[in-house]
Amino acid sequence: MTTSNYATERETTEGKVFTVTGGDWDQVVSGTDPINDERIVVNMGPQHPSTHGVLRLILELEGETVREARSVVGYLHTGIEKNLEYRNWVQGSTFVTRMDYLSPLFNETAYALAVERLLGIEDEVTERATTIRVLMMELNRISSHLVWLATTGMELGAINMMLYGFREREHILEIFEIITGLRMNHAYVRPGGVAQDVPDDAIVKIREFLKLMPKKLKEYEDLLSGQPIWIERTKNVAVLDVTGCLALGVTGPVLRSAGLAWDLRKTMPYCGYETYEFDVPTHTDGDVWGRYLVRLAEIRESLKLVEQAVDRLKPGPVMVADRKIAWPAQLAIGVDGMGNSLEHVAKIMGQSMESLIHHFKLVTEGFRVPPGQVYVGIESPRGELGVHAVSDGGTRPYRVHYREPSFVNLQALPAMAEGGLIADVIAGGASLDPVMGGCDR
Amino acid sequence: MTAPSEKPGGGVPVPTTPVGSTSGAPAEYPPASPAGRGMFGIHGSGDVSGFGGLVRPRKPIEESPRPYGGYFDEVRDALEEAYPAFGDAIEKVVVDRGELTLHVRPERIAEVCQVMRDDLALRFELCSSVSGVDYLGADERRLHAVYQLTSMTYRRRVRLEAAVSAEDPHLPSVTSIYPTADWQERETYDMFGIIFDGHPNLTRILMPDDWEGHPQRKDYPLGGVPVEYKGAEIPPPDRRRSYQ
Repeated sequence: MTTSNYATERETTEGKVFTVTGGDWDQVVSGTDPINDERIVVNMGPQHPSTHGVLRLILELEGETVREARSVVGYLHTGIEKNLEYRNWVQGSTFVTRMDYLSPLFNETAYALAVERLLGIEDEVTERATTIRVLMMELNRISSHLVWLATTGMELGAINMMLYGFREREHILEIFEIITGLRMNHAYVRPGGVAQDVPDDAIVKIREFLKLMPKKLKEYEDLLSGQPIWIERTKNVAVLDVTGCLALGVTGPVLRSAGLAWDLRKTMPYCGYETYEFDVPTHTDGDVWGRYLVRLAEIRESLKLVEQAVDRLKPGPVMVADRKIAWPAQLAIGVDGMGNSLEHVAKIMGQSMESLIHHFKLVTEGFRVPPGQVYVGIESPRGELGVHAVSDGGTRPYRVHYREPSFVNLQALPAMAEGGLIADVIAGGASLDPVMGGCDR
Repeated sequence: MTAPSEKPGGGVPVPTTPVGSTSGAPAEYPPASPAGRGMFGIHGSGDVSGFGGLVRPRKPIEESPRPYGGYFDEVRDALEEAYPAFGDAIEKVVVDRGELTLHVRPERIAEVCQVMRDDLALRFELCSSVSGVDYLGADERRLHAVYQLTSMTYRRRVRLEAAVSAEDPHLPSVTSIYPTADWQERETYDMFGIIFDGHPNLTRILMPDDWEGHPQRKDYPLGGVPVEYKGAEIPPPDRRRSYQ
């Protein structure tokens, strides 16, 4: 309604004000649009317990229905890719491990594989080093999926699940601590191999874990799979089919839950995955429920892989033989994490001038990498983790770009959320498993 | 006026630029340029060894001879057959380290992507990654947009590369062909200032909206947080003493 003889209107900071001078109330009220006025814009995050870190969502709501959803990222941008350009190639692994903090070993392995391809030493990486990488990655996949299960459980109202998920993850972190010296940010997988060998007590610990985990998985299923609330919150929620996934570049468990068995470990194998026996779990519904089942099944497959990898471990070197590439320091784990072995320091300082020079050159200057570019993609717990590395022939990366599955997958959130209920935004967002450290880098 | 002892460092004079700070590190002298010379970053004096005269030549990227091997020949032939403007659009075909790179004229990139996605013999359904590289000093068209395409049908990968100059950093967006390129093109714009024409919403994504400059460019000045320790300040990474 524009003008009325009975009610003049004017805009104020408080909103529209009508001055009624008598007449028909229906006419007066129809001047405001109840549907439009009910639309509100809600800013969710970046500090919200259900947005997995610092993701910010801008939701336009009509009642409880989401009309439009937009995500804002970048709050955790730390410029890791830029920083890499000012460190030598080996130091890079210390940086990339901090990107996606729930799957550090995948970041490191992808980086190491890219540098190795640039150096042309892919075939020289020892069998033991490759097996250890597989072992560590699969343990890491389990720990990452456990965190997903834990946080998603909490967000959808199953608080117990959070405690259980983090409890079992602790076993894996202990194993990591024995092997790498640290619970996260390991910098363990290095170009040319791994930083050091797996100690025997770690193997004992892994075997214990392999025995324990199937029972725990059964517990999770008893807790969640038959639970009516869990089913209500997940079934037919945030559906994304294969076409949608491919258009939006979504890979990993989300794509597999829609029915396409695309797993880089099978389709474009690396690290010798083609020699292991495991299945690629899929589901057909493409909803949160499907993603839950796929991830649970993937934990089981990873347990199989870990077992095979442990059985395969044969004594041998864990670093390439080329002393111009292999990190010269024999590392050892002390009480405060990983560091130079004191014996090695005593030797180079006391006995061998050549070793000292060699050590100094390689540590301060680093090795040179022939010019060129490569792209390596591996299957991280969240999908295709790709590394595009460019060398100009120097001792530092010229450019490293991470194709982060969290970043790419988050684009699918509006497609999942729009038209649904606001409560399902949480379920849908959680089912993508975004890690903002990886997304923003 | 403060007493000398109250000054940082107890009044000991501190040089404004630390020794060896003009190291010739990348931002200052990108190694890709002819300035990637010398071994220890010594300029002007001190060098009696002759090492400072060493110049590392940087070879231009060369077209690979056929046959390429693997599936690369098939991909090239299929594209040549399906795309009549192949000769005009593809500047170079490079096979290196078991990977295929097609250097595409920037204005043709969207067309090439369309063919790569739709042709039955190519079928690159997934655009894995879009990013940029700044070849300052090595290439006149220094900003390269790099696309990694994946064919799920044939299990192949190919890389497309399109080079634009910093003065005219325009090339068509591929978002209408690969919607997944949306955020990735925004990131490339944010970091390199490459402008993707036809992108629905080309805004910054990782850096704040009001940020100036494009941080991943090689000539972007590095700030660094001043860290003071006993009067000495840690310079930004590109001005620290380092090896070349």
